[in-house]
Amino acid sequence: MNKEVILSGASFKECREYVESHYKEVHFVEPGYRMFDKYIIGVPPIAIGIDGENIIFPFTKPCYGTFLLKIACPEEIEKLRSRKPAGK
Amino acid sequence: MTEKQDPGNNEALLLLGCPEVPVQMGIAVYAAHQLAKQGIDVAVAGNEAVIKLLRVSDPDRLYVKKVLNLDRTIGELVEKKRDPGLCIVFAHNDAGISYAATAAYIIKGRLIVIVFGRDAENLAGQIEFPCETIVEKAVHNPTELKKKIDEVFGWHASRT
Repeated sequence: MNKEVILSGASFKECREYVESHYKEVHFVEPGYRMFDKYIIGVPPIAIGIDGENIIFPFTKPCYGTFLLKIACPEEIEKLRSRKPAGK
Repeated sequence: MTEKQDPGNNEALLLLGCPEVPVQMGIAVYAAHQLAKQGIDVAVAGNEAVIKLLRVSDPDRLYVKKVLNLDRTIGELVEKKRDPGLCIVFAHNDAGISYAATAAYIIKGRLIVIVFGRDAENLAGQIEFPCETIVEKAVHNPTELKKKIDEVFGWHASRT
């Protein structure tokens, strides 16, 4: 699965602000939301963007901080759109 | 800081961050040992480097009996397969605060976030979720941080 790293070594706040300011379609999920068989780590509200067939989301690693990743995945987009939205 | 009840289900989970700041491993082993002496079932979760450090420094598992993979443990917490009465999160960077916020969201038990490292005060200021915090600008020397932890848990008499 091809991925693009939009931000690396970022803070959760920088990732949220980037998603909110760069994408028209933004969904908010709770910590622990499952994507690509991983659980999203972060401070709620966690912003996830959709841009065409791409999903843009934060991925946190203990030693490297948070990465903002962009991956083409219509299945994850469908799953995100069909869920009950989390409040911001 | 708020006072809450001690763990009801007798399980304590320590979530460790990146092991680059020296005090983390020492304090984690100390806390795990002290809790175990109180009869609490302790598990320590970390990334691969944390697990290797624990295995090397405590080869006979005298101080830390249960070591868990961090990602797998987060999954178990989300899926409610694990429900610790006490969770201690170690945070010295932004990622650590993210893990602590996640723990605050998915754990029902008592949550204590130990914020340490050079940027401890600034990081602690970012905590806007319900938890108890222990904050100390400790990097190499664990003494002051240990004192604060002793105070919170009532381990003053310990001579460890």
